[in-house]
Amino acid sequence: MEILVCVTRVPDTAENEIEVNSDGTDIGRDDLVYSVNEWDNYAVEEAIQIRDRVGGSVTVVTVGDDESEEILRREMAMGADSGILLADGAFDGSDGLGIARILKAEVDKGNYDLILTGAQSEGGTAEVGGMLAALLDLPFASLVNQIEIVDEKKIKVGREIEGGNIEVSEIDLPCVLSVQTGINEPRYVGIRGIRKVASLDIPTHGAADLGVDPATVGADGARVKRMDYFIPDLGEGAEMLEGDTEEIISKLIELLKAKGGLK
Amino acid sequence: MTDQIFAYITHKNGVADDSALELSVAAGKINADAAVTAIVAGAGDSLSAVCDEMAKAYPTVWKLDNDALAYPNAEVIRNVLASILPDNAMVLVPHDTFGMDLSPGLSVKMNAAFISDVVDVEGLSDNTLTIVRQEYGGQVSTHVAADISSGAVINVRPGVFQPDDIAAVSGEVVDKSDDIEITDAKRRFLETVEAEVGDVDITKSDVLVSVGRGIEDEDNLEIAFDLAKAMGADVSCSRPIVDAKWMEKSRQVGTSGQTVKPKVYLAAGISGSFQHLGGLKGNPFIIAINKNTKAPIFQVADVGIEADILDFLPELTEAIEEL
Ligand SMILES: Cc1cc2nc3c(=O)[nH]c(=O)nc-3n(C[C@H](O)[C@H](O)[C@H](O)COP(=O)(O)OP(=O)(O)OC[C@H]3O[C@@H](n4cnc5c(N)ncnc54)[C@H](O)[C@@H]3O)c2cc1C
Ligand SMILES: Nc1ncnc2c1ncn2[C@@H]1O[C@H](COP(=O)(O)O)[C@@H](O)[C@H]1O
Repeated sequence: MEILVCVTRVPDTAENEIEVNSDGTDIGRDDLVYSVNEWDNYAVEEAIQIRDRVGGSVTVVTVGDDESEEILRREMAMGADSGILLADGAFDGSDGLGIARILKAEVDKGNYDLILTGAQSEGGTAEVGGMLAALLDLPFASLVNQIEIVDEKKIKVGREIEGGNIEVSEIDLPCVLSVQTGINEPRYVGIRGIRKVASLDIPTHGAADLGVDPATVGADGARVKRMDYFIPDLGEGAEMLEGDTEEIISKLIELLKAKGGLK
Repeated sequence: MTDQIFAYITHKNGVADDSALELSVAAGKINADAAVTAIVAGAGDSLSAVCDEMAKAYPTVWKLDNDALAYPNAEVIRNVLASILPDNAMVLVPHDTFGMDLSPGLSVKMNAAFISDVVDVEGLSDNTLTIVRQEYGGQVSTHVAADISSGAVINVRPGVFQPDDIAAVSGEVVDKSDDIEITDAKRRFLETVEAEVGDVDITKSDVLVSVGRGIEDEDNLEIAFDLAKAMGADVSCSRPIVDAKWMEKSRQVGTSGQTVKPKVYLAAGISGSFQHLGGLKGNPFIIAINKNTKAPIFQVADVGIEADILDFLPELTEAIEEL
């Protein structure tokens, strides 16, 4: 089975407090720690496990810039066979549809049976997978937390729906799936693993290589545009307990008593 | 075109989801003068009940009745909607697991803009719709402007557009079942498997000590269980704890976990994403402990404490044990 996994490089929210920069044009990017989008790690792990069961290959692809190479290498250290970087100045400022169009062009160059994305990335739009499927005219399922390969023509997938219930469907190959966290336990990648793949070649494809019309991607092609970043004024919020730890704890215990929080 | 707004109604067993009326509120914020049409797709008798209910809030209700729609398979529904919606229409869909499945692909098929997870509407001028959304799990907000000249699919976050003062209407139910196109699906629904039941039923707990990614390590869970024991509480958690297999799924609070109704909810090292808070009902007294004062949880909590939970929880436990 030939599997393509779309991955993206994002500021790591577990490592950073995300703040708005001084003029509200961006988040503060100084000293940000970046990593692979959480959901994408699960997608890559799943692809590797499927390949190890049924054979084939795993390719990881990202639309990004030079710095995105590091996440491709990280996923290759996990076990992906190859990586492709899609980078071009014309791609800057793409909206989700633009990203999906660029990815579609790369998919068209290959011969993939299964294309995986993460369920969502840092913006929480959860759009690229479904758009990519529709552009390719392939079937799609989102929030997938179970994949069972039935035969060469179809697979069985579980989607995690409300309440943690699982919606099970049969879906024809090739198809696009967006993967939900928890589907597996992504393996750990150490420095050594990354060193092993450090010299592997990662080809870069630009708009011309892909045959992508620059007018349909990038800021010019975007119909949906982020105008600014801001912190909304949401009224008072929580009453913050102040003082030293002892004082805070005694105030908290009084509150717990009053609200029925202690038995 | 922008005065033609549609709302996709999610329903189950003859009952419309809470989001059904919220979409009407959101549509009103986009364009107060718009004639909004509710779309109710499904099969069988229970469909009429949903349509009648919707006709009290929407001037027009489209009823799409077909056996192929008995279960809402997003692929089938997408093709139905693409075949029946007028050019350049705006359609609102709840941003839940169905909307996430349906909408991005629908927007491509309609050649319309897709606007995801909308939490507020700023306004519409000419063909530009400006809305508010959040990024990074709610840590920052953004204004987003969308060109809706060729239509838009708009996913609306559940729970934010509260239908307090919807004027009752007596809308008309129009049966459009004969106008829809049912296509062979490349994705076929088989069954729904219910979530497993765990050792503790957190939906019955009055007091919950809930831990999130801030607990950092499986071994540290002990400090939460110790605190819960001292308080007479149960332990629940956010999704990453379950993803890491540190706790059972049945202890997860949130839209894809349990809906809990405690009196007191102590959130320790939880940022407060909308999917997590979506599982918290009944207006509990929320105490948030987090080392980041900007964490969104502090906007919904009653009481906040800026602290490292790894230090704070054991000290709190000790103090309670000494009472
Ligand atoms: C379709 C879908 C459904 C989902 N369903 C759910 C669901 O049902 N339930 C759910 O919870 N999530 C759900 N999620 C995931 C959700 O979007 C968030 O990713 C998740 O809730 C984040 O969990 P968290 O707050 O524990 O982690 P984070 O967002 O990583 O927050 C950790 C917090 O801990 C703080 N912290 C770190 N270390 C410490 C310390 N030592 N002391 C004090 N504070 C510390 C940090 O400042 C941060 O605020 C769902 C997502 C999707 C896409
Ligand atoms: N720049 C990108 N390059 C490759 N894949 C991406 C990119 N952005 C998003 N994706 C994929 O789309 C998924 C959903 O992201 P989003 O639609 O941005 O929420 C991610 O988990 C990735 O798999």
